[in-house]
Amino acid sequence: MSARTYRITKVAAEVAVPILILVGWQLWTISADDPKFPKPTTILDKFQELWLFAQFGTHVVPSLERIGLGFAIAVLAGVALGVPLGLSSVARKAAMPHIEYWRAIPPPALLPISIVLLHSIGNVQKVSFIAFFCLFPVLLNTIDGVRGIEPTLIETARSYGVPWHERIARIVLPAALPQIVAGMRNSLALAVIMMVLSEYFSSTSGVGYVLLISKNTFQLVPMWAAILLIGVLGYVLNLLFILAERRVLAWHRGWRAATPQ
Amino acid sequence: MAPRLAGGDPAIAMLEIRHLTKTYGTGETATHAIGDVSFTIEAGEFVCVVGPSGCGKTTLLKCIAGLLRPSGGEVLLRGRRVVEPPEEMALVFQEYSRSLMPWASVRNNVLLPLRHKPLSKRERMSLVEEALGAVGLVRFMDRYPWQLSGGMQQRVAIARALAYQPSILLMDEPFASVDAQTRGDLEDLVLRVREEFNITILFVTHDIDESVYLSDRIVVLTHAPTEVKELIKVDLPRPRDQIETKELTEFAHLRAHVYRLIKREQVPAETLTSSPATG
Repeated sequence: MSARTYRITKVAAEVAVPILILVGWQLWTISADDPKFPKPTTILDKFQELWLFAQFGTHVVPSLERIGLGFAIAVLAGVALGVPLGLSSVARKAAMPHIEYWRAIPPPALLPISIVLLHSIGNVQKVSFIAFFCLFPVLLNTIDGVRGIEPTLIETARSYGVPWHERIARIVLPAALPQIVAGMRNSLALAVIMMVLSEYFSSTSGVGYVLLISKNTFQLVPMWAAILLIGVLGYVLNLLFILAERRVLAWHRGWRAATPQ
Repeated sequence: MAPRLAGGDPAIAMLEIRHLTKTYGTGETATHAIGDVSFTIEAGEFVCVVGPSGCGKTTLLKCIAGLLRPSGGEVLLRGRRVVEPPEEMALVFQEYSRSLMPWASVRNNVLLPLRHKPLSKRERMSLVEEALGAVGLVRFMDRYPWQLSGGMQQRVAIARALAYQPSILLMDEPFASVDAQTRGDLEDLVLRVREEFNITILFVTHDIDESVYLSDRIVVLTHAPTEVKELIKVDLPRPRDQIETKELTEFAHLRAHVYRLIKREQVPAETLTSSPATG
């Protein structure tokens, strides 16, 4: 197979498979005629009616805000806590059992208490809930990344009298960045889950809320449309993240390719 | 660019190492890495430290650089005791690929030791350009280190040390991981920048030819616990030349002399480790 045909085959596989699935689904739902499984075309119509863009501002924007804020807080806190924990073994000894404990709790178990403690089913509670569980992947990866820094680099900086804050900014953070970014990607996927979960539990707006109301009122088409939207959101967010990662970590790919390890 | 502290009191040595000892651990399991090492380096001298493999050369160098605290004795830089990495000293490691930051361009790598110095942006940039010019890498300023060959990467590390404007440069087997051709070129480069920048150099190597070729004096070490076996004056004419210098009979004599000293050091250690217990 020539390189050209190989490329065309790859693109065709990428595009053809989803189309085939959609066509098959459409044919099956027409023949099944079951209200639980509306036709994809019906769902897409509903999707367009709801999300492009009649309800976009009332439900999609609040959900995106919660994801964005919760994720941002988790990343900032995870890096800010992870750097000192990565640098100090004493701090790690003190903190690790607590991190492992809270990480082991299934998120839904903390939903009721989050509402009680924060006196809120609004953004404060949702953002805190998302931030709390998105913290762990960033935090643990930051600790690992900082611990794995090449000792020669630190010694080089010490021998040149580079002050500690500059060592953190110019050596520790960039060196740990590939791992921090890997943790961020996991956190972003978690953020979507936590958003749906917190909105589904109690809310007055958001995509999860639409899902809940549609289920309670037996409106199955909007429910499917909401599911489709959540999938698209997760997919697009991940895609944007990967594009950003490629830019920021371009050096890392080049370096890995150039260095046998 | 003249080193900041050039000149000074000629009565005070550039670097004085007095009864330096280093022991790792305590009690039964203690490892005596450095037994008792003393020697002096005068301003402008090029001194090579050679010794059998595993004799604690790197430990010694890290103690001198203020990166490791010696267990006993002291290091004096222009009469002042070294307790942390001094400002007049720069260090070049063997592992260039590990001491350079892969996320930073060549320019930013060389800038690393300058950012916290009280200099203007223009002064910093001119130091970087001058240092990269001295090692012939100005054209590669905007590349990443991993885009360069091994020898070029070590030249970046040397440029970074020069930009820092040290009065003494410590080098830890800097050319151990480059090929022979590149090694010769880098040796000559170091000899040239030493003249150009008027710096004192302490150069650790396990390569006997290299030590004779480069230095004014050689410090030969024993195996661990390390002591100074002999101090050898190298009176070969300068400028040195890879072909002519190495053809001289004095070169061959010195080389053989250092070789014998180190060989004698290695024999007992080897028979100890390589003879299996029988009986």
